[in-house]
Amino acid sequence: MSSPVIELDDVTKVYPLPAGDVVALNGISLSIDEGEFVAIMGPSGSGKSTLLNQIGCLDRPTSGNFFLDGKNIREMDDRELTDLRLSSIGYIFQKFNLIPLLSAYENVEYPYIMKYRKNDDTGRVRDLLALVGIDESLSTHKPNELSGGQQQRIAIARALVNDPAILLCDEPTGNLDTQTGAQIMEVLSDLHRKGRTVIMVTHESEIAAYAERTIVIRDGRVA
Amino acid sequence: MIGNDIILALSARSVRLHFLRSVLAALGIVIGVVSIASIGMMGANMTLSVTEELSDMANKLTVTSYTGGGGGMMAGPGGGGGGSDSDDDEDVITEDEFKDIQRIVAKYGTAYTVRSESDQIEVGSEEGRATIYGLDPDIIREILTVEEGEYPKSTASVVVGPTLAERLDLKIGSKIDIGDPDEGSTTTVRVVGILEERGMTMDLSTDMAIIGTDKLFTGIYGGEGEYNQVNVVVDDLDNIDTVETAIEDELNKKEDTVTVQDSSRMTESITETVSTMTTFVMAIAGISLLVAAVSIFNVMMMSVNERIREIGILRSIGTQRAEILRMFIYEAGILGLVGAVIGAVASLIIGYVVVLGMVGTTEYFFAAGSLIYVPEAMVIGAAICIVTGVYPAWRASNLDPIEALRAE
Ligand SMILES: Nc1ncnc2c1ncn2[C@@H]1O[C@H](COP(=O)(O)OP(=O)(O)OP(=O)(O)O)[C@@H](O)[C@H]1O
Ligand SMILES: [Mg+2]
Repeated sequence: MSSPVIELDDVTKVYPLPAGDVVALNGISLSIDEGEFVAIMGPSGSGKSTLLNQIGCLDRPTSGNFFLDGKNIREMDDRELTDLRLSSIGYIFQKFNLIPLLSAYENVEYPYIMKYRKNDDTGRVRDLLALVGIDESLSTHKPNELSGGQQQRIAIARALVNDPAILLCDEPTGNLDTQTGAQIMEVLSDLHRKGRTVIMVTHESEIAAYAERTIVIRDGRVA
Repeated sequence: MIGNDIILALSARSVRLHFLRSVLAALGIVIGVVSIASIGMMGANMTLSVTEELSDMANKLTVTSYTGGGGGMMAGPGGGGGGSDSDDDEDVITEDEFKDIQRIVAKYGTAYTVRSESDQIEVGSEEGRATIYGLDPDIIREILTVEEGEYPKSTASVVVGPTLAERLDLKIGSKIDIGDPDEGSTTTVRVVGILEERGMTMDLSTDMAIIGTDKLFTGIYGGEGEYNQVNVVVDDLDNIDTVETAIEDELNKKEDTVTVQDSSRMTESITETVSTMTTFVMAIAGISLLVAAVSIFNVMMMSVNERIREIGILRSIGTQRAEILRMFIYEAGILGLVGAVIGAVASLIIGYVVVLGMVGTTEYFFAAGSLIYVPEAMVIGAAICIVTGVYPAWRASNLDPIEALRAE
């Protein structure tokens, strides 16, 4: 049996603030296997985003260990973490977070160029845009010329371009209407069915219902 | 399609997005580059044209009385405005000294005496000042070229320099009264010739002078057997050092009695003066680059602050710190490069006008020594931009990705 792709062992995250330390994660242990579709739920401020940032290698635990594919994140420097974010993790944000200076196509191509130091000549970017349902004619548009749903589709395509092991989504439908949200969830479910590990933060149970497993967080702990 | 260097593309797009702001920031660099380059070129052109003019004089020496101290390059007759009176015996070359010089020079060329005095003159009702030279009539014929008219033969006739002629509207036949009427009698002379322009020289500065025979001169100012200066013309340029040393060895055997100057010292001294002046003015021009640097810094800080969220996005999807740093250095570099290129073109135009106006000739404008200031100023301008961009870029690259993502 392969070891879990994600393993958190007593992970704590403390934000030191002048008014006193904020314990955002308080000894979380969990493991997620390859190919799982996991929803993380919990009330506002419970530490969902903080947890996802840990899994997404945007941050390191204050204490405890986090293993991604068996490698301990705590021992990595900024360079290595950045490389992981580029190649092993696809991040989808609530606010889409496309790069405003780049067109839809270029936004998807950006991580590819960062990784391979060349333009995509394999047609991968075009295929991904088709996969998430973005018309060719839209690919030259800048993000501010596109609807929220279109932007989120592009963000999903961008997250997939370097074929990451895990797809992380922080409230991917939070800024979308119900119908568009459902369409985005269809795209994510489809990716999961094709074998990708998907971890999604949400506080809507209808959205969480798409996942196979739900982890509930309360006050920085697994409830 | 976007090039392989997507980081550079992002920098360029950011500059283009804030076009007006970028243009204004680059304008500072343009001004800085133009001022440094055109002042540098002006100095170089001055030096080049003076050096060229003086190289005609490489075979000439001037011998003046030793005055202690350095003597100074401008102490030649006329050049210094003729401050000294001829009754100061210390400041003259005696007949004996001249004989010695003539004996030494005889083998190599010729030596002749120069008497000069600055005095008040009057033409019609117009008053002015001029240097009056007294030279041997044969020497006048040999050394000077009359453009119009003839050479002075009698003690009542003179030739005048072209600048003086123009200023006082002197023609052949014009009468000049030399001397201050309040202090005694004046001498009236007649202009018989107008000289060709001679420019900047160290032996005789005739452009603004009246040149008469030595008899005329001693008739007005006395001073028989005393000369302000002895000029030496050496036939073969290779002998110039020999002659210079020989005169110095002979006349300054016991104590320093004369100062011998060759044109190289004068060239050196003028070049030095021009370059000191140029460096000083260039340093002032450098202040404009400093101002430009502040405005670039300001624009760069603005750009970083506006794009914190974008930096967060870039970092979160796998952009290295070094690449963020590069992105902002590029941005500053683009501003610097655009400013430097426009500045270079503008400094060629403005520099040309400045050189024409200040130096009077653009003969040397395209010489390497002059044009070198354009790339030099470009490099300084662009380098200042990049250096200025380092801190904002460093700030940007050190933003925490999560914090940056939370920015609005
Ligand atoms: N950068 C930070 N600095 C200080 N405190 C922070 C920071 N980020 C989060 N926190 C605190 O950590 C706790 C958890 O925040 P987190 O964003 O993970 O909550 P969340 O579960 O994602 O909430 P929401 O559902 O509102 O997005 C909160 O109390 C928050 O105030
Ligand atoms: Mg959150």
